[in-house]
Amino acid sequence: MGTYEGLQGIWVLCGVRDGQIDRVSRELLGEAERLGAVEGMKTTAVVLGREIPQIRGADHALVVQDDSLSVPEELRWTHELYHLVRRYRPQVLLLGANGFGRSLAPRLAARLGTGLTADCTALDMRDGLLVQTRPAFGGNLMADILCPDARPQMATVRPRVFRAPDWEAARPCEILREPPAGPDTLSRLVEITGFTPSGQDAAIGEADILVAVGQGIGSKENIAMAEKLAELMGGALAASRPLVDGGLVPYAHQVGQTGRTVAPRLYIACGISGAIQHLAGVAAEKVVAVNIDPDAPIMERANWAILGDCGAFLREMVDLYTTSPPSVLPDRHSK
Amino acid sequence: MRIYACVKQVPANNETRLDPVTGTLIREGSPGVLNPLDAYAVEQALRLKEQYGGEVSALSMGVPGVRDMLRRVVALGVDRGILLTDRAFAGSDTLATARVLAAAVNKCGMPDLVLCGRVASDGDTAQVGPMLAECLGIPHVSDVACIEEIARGEARVRRLGDRGYHSLRVRLPALFTVLKEICVPRLPSITGVLRGEKAAIAVWGRADLGSLEGGVGLKGSNTRVLRSHRPDLRVKTRAVAGARDLMDILREENLIAEDRVRGDI
Ligand SMILES: Cc1cc2nc3c(=O)[nH]c(=O)nc-3n(C[C@H](O)[C@H](O)[C@H](O)COP(=O)(O)OP(=O)(O)OC[C@H]3O[C@@H](n4cnc5c(N)ncnc54)[C@H](O)[C@@H]3O)c2cc1C
Repeated sequence: MGTYEGLQGIWVLCGVRDGQIDRVSRELLGEAERLGAVEGMKTTAVVLGREIPQIRGADHALVVQDDSLSVPEELRWTHELYHLVRRYRPQVLLLGANGFGRSLAPRLAARLGTGLTADCTALDMRDGLLVQTRPAFGGNLMADILCPDARPQMATVRPRVFRAPDWEAARPCEILREPPAGPDTLSRLVEITGFTPSGQDAAIGEADILVAVGQGIGSKENIAMAEKLAELMGGALAASRPLVDGGLVPYAHQVGQTGRTVAPRLYIACGISGAIQHLAGVAAEKVVAVNIDPDAPIMERANWAILGDCGAFLREMVDLYTTSPPSVLPDRHSK
Repeated sequence: MRIYACVKQVPANNETRLDPVTGTLIREGSPGVLNPLDAYAVEQALRLKEQYGGEVSALSMGVPGVRDMLRRVVALGVDRGILLTDRAFAGSDTLATARVLAAAVNKCGMPDLVLCGRVASDGDTAQVGPMLAECLGIPHVSDVACIEEIARGEARVRRLGDRGYHSLRVRLPALFTVLKEICVPRLPSITGVLRGEKAAIAVWGRADLGSLEGGVGLKGSNTRVLRSHRPDLRVKTRAVAGARDLMDILREENLIAEDRVRGDI
């Protein structure tokens, strides 16, 4: 096999979940396409596994299929990816900044002797170099980072930073199969012997829409109403710390410095003041604030601010959903 | 059992000062504390020593002032502190830092276990641990929630993965980055503090560490900070009258879960 020109562009290591390319990988494929267009670089989806799902949204797919790749394991993946990178020499390698990606990427970068930027929240191409923007100091500072000389330029990107393109409309790729890289002594030293799923914890980290409640929520009934709305919207319930400390909402739902960082597309903050420790965990695309205090800090951080009682707001929202689904709401712009 | 705990000094708060020329952080002068999550690596190391016997060393790369932080770590019961400090190390990115730590580990001889905190509160990359393991040529497991047993040169651990906990068996020597939930750090005892104050902290520079292949410091770092800036968290806020208007906006902005909308078209 020769070297393919087209494989020297931007690579995305794709994860597989429930038999499909996972969401953060699809987001990265979309972003890779945008970046590739800037510099005329081709994009490659890299997929390792025992079973290979349908792959789209890139120029090429580089596939290593083997029984030994049934469960993602960092050392095994490092070994395979190292050989693929050495063989085809891509300019850029992007990985999702989930737990696996954040453990794999530094191992691989160290073996390749190249630079790695963790947890990017924006990417760009300038003069053939990948500009990698990431937060530091709890988001108090953003840094633009380059890897001028070493290749590939490696970055992990947090889920939901980019929007996943429509998968059905994504173009098919040319599939290139590569044999596994052969025996690897290091990965034999680690054996995964079991797995205990923890369903609930993941929920607020993965939801597109979060309905979040704070001390201004007023009553248990209103919390239940918020949960109902979250369910109707296909999202999840989140909470500020006081509600968790007060035992009203389980810890797995806490957003903030001592809770989780969430990056939904939409964050609806009901009766939350917007303390810095709370906002440290809010990396939402868009924020709605419902508050009776026009000067609450959350109102400045919100794209849409509703001045008023959050209990009434929640009831109205639930009514709107249950009596008339959003698609059949009267469209004010067409009248 | 011989254990190394890697520890880092971080600013006491997340206020930042930047070098206007290099865009890197200015560490001198800002009060430093032990990276909060490294306390769990130190504590876990001490507990393993209590259970299995052996010795614990704390290893840190940093400015000369980090010596005092290492004394406070010794006060907790760590047997020795080693400070890696040299102007040549300044500006090291995560991989260059891992190289320095690896050279120090190799100088002392490979231990059974290297423990690191999950992430440092300042850089927030969680990269140095896995990179150090690679430089040492030993396996690593990130986000370890529990070390269940160590026997016959093998550790059984539980780590938090993306969708739950994995159980793993790992041959030693190995490196683990540990989560907060692994243990509760102890406070120093009076005798510990006195011991720490008198402890001799080994201080090693570039010349003590051999070849350091791949380079260290700013020159040996592949990543460059192009510029740093403070994000403007404020957004253009639009006042909305109530739920009905909000629904219109959310539809316009494509912020309502598509499947829920589509079903009714
Ligand atoms: C080290 C540290 C770590 C922390 N970590 C976290 C963390 O992880 N997460 C977190 O959330 N907090 C955290 N906190 C706490 C944080 O500082 C705030 O105290 C907390 O976020 C406030 O929660 P809140 O907004 O729900 O309550 P409050 O600040 O009391 O705000 C309630 C809001 O509700 C509004 N309100 C009242 N009635 C109504 C009504 N009827 N309708 C609409 N609005 C109404 C009020 O105007 C007010 O703005 C931390 C603090 C410290 C010191």
